[in-house]
Amino acid sequence: MPEGEYRGMNLTILDVDHENTAYFGYCAGHDFHLQQCTACGLLRYPPGTACPWCQNREFEWTAVEGKGTVHSYGEVHQAIQPQFREKAPYMILIVDLDTQKGQPSEHEALRVAGNLATPDGDLAPPELVKRVGIGSRVRMVFADVAEGLSLPMWTLDEDAEQPDEPWRYPQEYNGV
Amino acid sequence: MTSDVDATAPKYLRDKYAIIGVGETTYTRGSNLTTRALGTWAVRNAMEDAGIPASEVDGMMSYSNNDSTPSPMIAGDLGIRLNFYMDVYGGGSSSEALIGLAIGAIEAGMCNTVVVFRSMNGYSQVRIGGTGARARAPIGGDAVHTAPYGWFSAGQNFSPSFMRHMYDYGTTPEQVAMVKVIHSEHASNNPKAYYKQRVTVEDVLNSRMIVKPLHLLDCCVETDNATAVIVTRAERAYDYRNTPARILAVAGRVCKPRIDMHFQHGPISTVAGYYIKDIIWPNAGVGPEDIDLTGAYDAFTFTSMLQLEDYGFCKKGEGGDYVSSGIMRLGGERPNNTSGGHLCEGYTHGMNMIIENVRQLRGEVDCYCPTDDQGRRQHTYDYSEGGCRQVRDANISMNLGWAMPGTGSSLVMRKG
Repeated sequence: MPEGEYRGMNLTILDVDHENTAYFGYCAGHDFHLQQCTACGLLRYPPGTACPWCQNREFEWTAVEGKGTVHSYGEVHQAIQPQFREKAPYMILIVDLDTQKGQPSEHEALRVAGNLATPDGDLAPPELVKRVGIGSRVRMVFADVAEGLSLPMWTLDEDAEQPDEPWRYPQEYNGV
Repeated sequence: MTSDVDATAPKYLRDKYAIIGVGETTYTRGSNLTTRALGTWAVRNAMEDAGIPASEVDGMMSYSNNDSTPSPMIAGDLGIRLNFYMDVYGGGSSSEALIGLAIGAIEAGMCNTVVVFRSMNGYSQVRIGGTGARARAPIGGDAVHTAPYGWFSAGQNFSPSFMRHMYDYGTTPEQVAMVKVIHSEHASNNPKAYYKQRVTVEDVLNSRMIVKPLHLLDCCVETDNATAVIVTRAERAYDYRNTPARILAVAGRVCKPRIDMHFQHGPISTVAGYYIKDIIWPNAGVGPEDIDLTGAYDAFTFTSMLQLEDYGFCKKGEGGDYVSSGIMRLGGERPNNTSGGHLCEGYTHGMNMIIENVRQLRGEVDCYCPTDDQGRRQHTYDYSEGGCRQVRDANISMNLGWAMPGTGSSLVMRKG
């Protein structure tokens, strides 16, 4: 049973939760996989027990490229948990994967959550937070929690072409 | 884009039910009471308000996030023998939904008169965001896709939707801050409001940042309180003390697609109101132009704005103009949250906005206007600080309940 402590939280994936056990197991190998419907071929996120588009329960785990564009974000300045407080401000990113964007309808996408992180998966420092907003190009990295359990995170894709100025909330707070 | 909601629900219950009594406790931060004592207090006040004896109440419903006391305890304390009760799990937007379910229970012949209550020590026991004991509980399965990212509180959860609205439509922090400014004006005329102080746009923007785009004053005020409303058939409603508020339509816990994680189905700056409008307007038989006052759930400044927009009170994307135009102000075309709402009166998971609208439709809100020798309020309609908050000719109200961007409820009432 994948289980571990992360920033003061006890994360537990039950053995009976086959979908999440497999998903986080791939993440533990720093490998991003999603369920792909064997009937209609659509990928889905987060892991689930049937295809939201055709209701088929059968699927295959398929490797998906962890690259995308920031669709929106929240930027936490007053953290709740003590182990987030020392890292504030931290960003919660909603990222449109390049794969399957705009499918099966215009406003749909695989929108994968994660914090803005350093390349090694730690929460990003303020200098990096300031550079990221809606439109930023990001790539997936992982934060290792325990055996069989790593969390997807996002870091700025330094190799990608970035927008001149990603859209950020207009008011700065504490210099960020 | 057209909605695929089936809006063909039968209309025959339109106007057949009513709210006959409303009540609440005081709003405090530190009640020093159990949720049982608070719940009993609020239900008792609602019964007094209606003038209904315990023998004529036979149904009870409540909702909570496992932070309340169930109906049997409250009913027992008040000597109410129940023919029906149900206590459900749920937060915001449950109030309207439970009023709909109460109608259903009565319509099915299960009981005659239902009290719906919410009791919470929302400041002194269970606060928003999961601190204390809740923070130590194991996080499993589906929550591992959110909680480990420091993404648990309502403000944190909703922030990407709010931010994207600013990006999509150019909504500004100054516009959104006006929701708090206006609600604070209303609260300054509400003796019950926890925060009665009027604030300015600058006060909102200069308050500390919680999670962008939410400053402290964009967020509601957690309080300890209980609230209750009593629902019965319209034909019985006139047997009681006050003018009933007749229910024209209710829509309950309507969802966007992919409610398991609603961000998958955009536009993410569109909220459940987009789907609710196709149920509530046809069933109520009225449209936005007929509504005299709104109770748009203000867990945050943004939640009022996003809902008003998606229900059709303005064009999509023009919510920033709507909330900053003065329309929502007392004396404006369609005042919103005349009690001060969650931002100022107190956080109740939506109940206080229904209670307020019932009182508005009766023409009997409690403000600072003088009373006559019968104790009846003589409204001045002077909305300056410390004055009146009664809306002139309040005939039809709407509540716009919010659980999260992807789920909401609605209630349309008329003066009885």
